Amino acid sequence: MIALRGLTKEFPGGVRAVDSLDLEIGDGEFFALLGPSGCGKTTLLRTIAGLETPTSGRIEIGGVDVTGTPPGRRDVAMVFQDYALFPHMDVTANIAYPLRIRKVPRAGREAKAAETASRLSLSELLDRRPGQLSGGQQQRVALARAVACHPKAFLFDEPLSNLDARLRLEARTFLKRLQRELAVTTVFVTHDQSEALALADRIAVMSAGRITQLGTPSEVFRRPATTFVASFIGSTPMNLLPGVAKDGVLRVAGAEFPLPDGAPEGEVLYGLRPEYADLTTREPGEKGAFPGKVAVVENLGTAHLVTLECTDHLLQVVVPEGAEPPPGTAAWAVPRPGRALLYRDDTLVGGA
Amino acid sequence: MTPVRHMLGTIGRAAFLALVLGFFALPLLWLASAPFDAHPSITASVPEFTLANFRALLDNPYALGSLRNSLIQACGSAALVVTLAALAAYALSRARVPGRDALLYVLLLLSSVVTGTAAMVPLFELATRLNLIDTHLGVVLTLSGGLLPAAIFILKDFMDATPTSYEESARVFGASPGQVLRHVVIPLVRPGLATIAVWAVAGVWGSFLQPFILLRDPDKAPGAVILYTLYTEGGAPRLDVISAFSLLYSLPVVVMYVFVSRRYGFRFHGGIKR
Amino acid sequence: MARAESGTLGRRPAVGFVLPALVLIGVFLVFPALWTVYLGLTDYRLTGLAAADPQVVGAANYAEALGDERFRTSLWLTVQFVLGSAVLGQAVLGFAIAWALRDRRGPLKSLTEGLVLLAWILPSSVVAFLWIALLDRDGGTLNAILHTPGFAWLLDHPMASIIVFNVWRGTAFSMMLYGAALENVPPSHLETARLAGASTLQQLRDVVLPHIKGHVLTNLLLITLWTFNDFTAFQLTAGGPEGRSEILPVYIYNVAMSGGRLGFGAAVSFLVLVVNLVLAFGYLRLLRSRGEVRPS
Ligand SMILES: Nc1ncnc2c1ncn2[C@@H]1O[C@H](COP(=O)(O)OP(=O)(O)OP(=O)(O)O)[C@@H](O)[C@H]1O
Ligand SMILES: [Mg+2]
Repeated sequence: MIALRGLTKEFPGGVRAVDSLDLEIGDGEFFALLGPSGCGKTTLLRTIAGLETPTSGRIEIGGVDVTGTPPGRRDVAMVFQDYALFPHMDVTANIAYPLRIRKVPRAGREAKAAETASRLSLSELLDRRPGQLSGGQQQRVALARAVACHPKAFLFDEPLSNLDARLRLEARTFLKRLQRELAVTTVFVTHDQSEALALADRIAVMSAGRITQLGTPSEVFRRPATTFVASFIGSTPMNLLPGVAKDGVLRVAGAEFPLPDGAPEGEVLYGLRPEYADLTTREPGEKGAFPGKVAVVENLGTAHLVTLECTDHLLQVVVPEGAEPPPGTAAWAVPRPGRALLYRDDTLVGGA
Repeated sequence: MTPVRHMLGTIGRAAFLALVLGFFALPLLWLASAPFDAHPSITASVPEFTLANFRALLDNPYALGSLRNSLIQACGSAALVVTLAALAAYALSRARVPGRDALLYVLLLLSSVVTGTAAMVPLFELATRLNLIDTHLGVVLTLSGGLLPAAIFILKDFMDATPTSYEESARVFGASPGQVLRHVVIPLVRPGLATIAVWAVAGVWGSFLQPFILLRDPDKAPGAVILYTLYTEGGAPRLDVISAFSLLYSLPVVVMYVFVSRRYGFRFHGGIKR
Repeated sequence: MARAESGTLGRRPAVGFVLPALVLIGVFLVFPALWTVYLGLTDYRLTGLAAADPQVVGAANYAEALGDERFRTSLWLTVQFVLGSAVLGQAVLGFAIAWALRDRRGPLKSLTEGLVLLAWILPSSVVAFLWIALLDRDGGTLNAILHTPGFAWLLDHPMASIIVFNVWRGTAFSMMLYGAALENVPPSHLETARLAGASTLQQLRDVVLPHIKGHVLTNLLLITLWTFNDFTAFQLTAGGPEGRSEILPVYIYNVAMSGGRLGFGAAVSFLVLVVNLVLAFGYLRLLRSRGEVRPS
């Protein structure tokens, strides 16, 4: 288990990369740190590894306070974004390096390296230098090096970001399977929301050194706690439209909905994922639909993303294959019940 | 670029390189011809081939011994300079030391003072008090002191140019600072170390003033000092022995350079290519 | 690489790593250097009464040096020597060779680099002999090649001779430094400039120079310092004829060793240091004013 208590890291010059952060990561959990560039993910990971000294706060790993422990004694393994494979050592020596530090005799560590390598399908490459490997192979060697030393936790800093899109999907599945098999606590840094959703048991969405939301992928996807998370998560960004709630009625972009019980009145932001609305070209009888004109149709492969020009605002809807209307047609977007979210002052205040 | 311009560029470059080759080769001709010439003169010419000059050299009691002395002093200084400079350059590159660039430059300036003639008396006095007169160690330490600042200056550039993630990765796996240095940093900057080693050896190999002042015993004198004893009683240079000795005396540095550049590459910055 | 600044090495190991070098530098560099600076304030002599009991004379040596015609001539000759052989000669020629060889492979490159480097690593006394043999009045190779028998290069053009000599001797360092620097210039930047129709000079000014500024600074600082203190020229001309090639290191040798006036020589050494310091600031200003300098 990894626990962070009031962790703060301030760089000279006053940048607070990590800002009084509290977090507990369970045993065997696959935990993703997700956030935009510069929000402090790498700094947080490096602080857990011991490469940065926190300005204040504590770090516990496996119930032991390791705040002042040097990096090598924390029993964690880290995979860097650029993999940091030693260019002057071959694959065997790279994988066996952690064991060399632990003074495992040469024969023992080479056997261990070979065994780990075969598990990660690297057996053919044992004699090569990192410079002679492809990006995907390098990534697996870096993983193998981390796996070989049986740490209490893995720390991964964007390990997939140097791979091309196709390889990244493959590596993602591979990584998830490996983590399941080993059941080692894993902290995984990424700025790619789909990666975090696909891999993690839980996600912490970070912004400016703080955690904005903590939850399972479906919680974070379904009920983003802030508009920041809402716009960050999801392959197509969530629609966020200004609306007014008054006398039990919510008015947004030409549509009207009954206000659910307990929802506050006044100005709100109405959030709706493009996947959670249906498009129709026949005027629905009720008022709970957004009227508009089709402005743009984008092909997503198995679906289409339709941009609707409503009164004063644009609204995006994902429609299934073959159901997309041609540009220029009048259409209505009908939100699925219970899927819309209401935000006030950038925080979630209810659903609609 | 138009084809004409391109061609002119190529021709210009070839002509320039030919000039460079000529300029740098010309003075070396004498060293290749005179040692084997039966009647060496100042002119480089096709020699009347002989090895007699080398035989004459063997008659000089100090000639060969001086090369051994040069070797001891040069290797000693190079080992010391490379080791200490590597450690210091690494630390200065990786730890935050306020004003380190200014400090290095001041040391560099001071090193130019101690290698000058005016410092010879203080150096002599210092060596006398430390009982280092007439020892190889005295020469090694004195010369190393003068070479270290520039060596650190140059090596620090190498260290700055190598990414830190290699070291951090090793540290997370539990390597101590010494292990990080031995397993990761040294191999990464090996071409730099080799370059500094060659530079230090060449510097010591050629230095005359310090060994001249610090060594009384001709049995300990290096080649640079012995070369100046190869004159006739009248004070004219004995070209036969001098040419042969110059060649013998130059060979070790050349061999070392060729060896090092084959093995590690001889260059500045950048560490090894991934 | 910004991470390097944050200190990847703890304070204690860092001190442990620097200490051995600092001790050696302290004892065998700083101490004798400061002693020399102190000698500059005395009337210390190699022999005679002032050798046994030197008196502190304060700034008298400095006043005398600055008022001395021979010193001023020597300083001016040194400036010519440094500008001509180091800044214009070694740096420019070294860069030109590195530039001409930058995308070459094979024997021509190794041969050129090997010859240039050979001139650098050969012992200075051997090199001096080579040049005496090359430039000799009666049997010199150069006169034989140019069909100018009896032309006394070292007597008629002593400064030009030692300047060309020092270019030959020291170009290797600049060549290697710039060779490495040019490898760090992204080829895509050069290609972009070339596609935009930039001439070679424009490419050098707009693309290459900004990338290698730090190297230029390191290069100029080191070769200026080394050339200022280079003594090998003494073995060619011994400062003559009539002091026409008496650059400062030779001047110091002549007053301190031959003339026996060590205190005075030490004072001049210190003046050389000050001139170097001023030049270093000059280089820094020059390169800083055109944008950021890589800290090196
Ligand atoms: N060594 C440092 N010194 C000063 N500031 C730093 C240092 N390292 C990082 N920062 C600052 O801390 C903040 C967080 O940086 P960090 O590298 O943790 O971001 P990140 O979330 O990993 O971003 P990315 O996705 O781009 O990698 C940034 O504003 C960055 O500029
Ligand atoms: Mg990062």
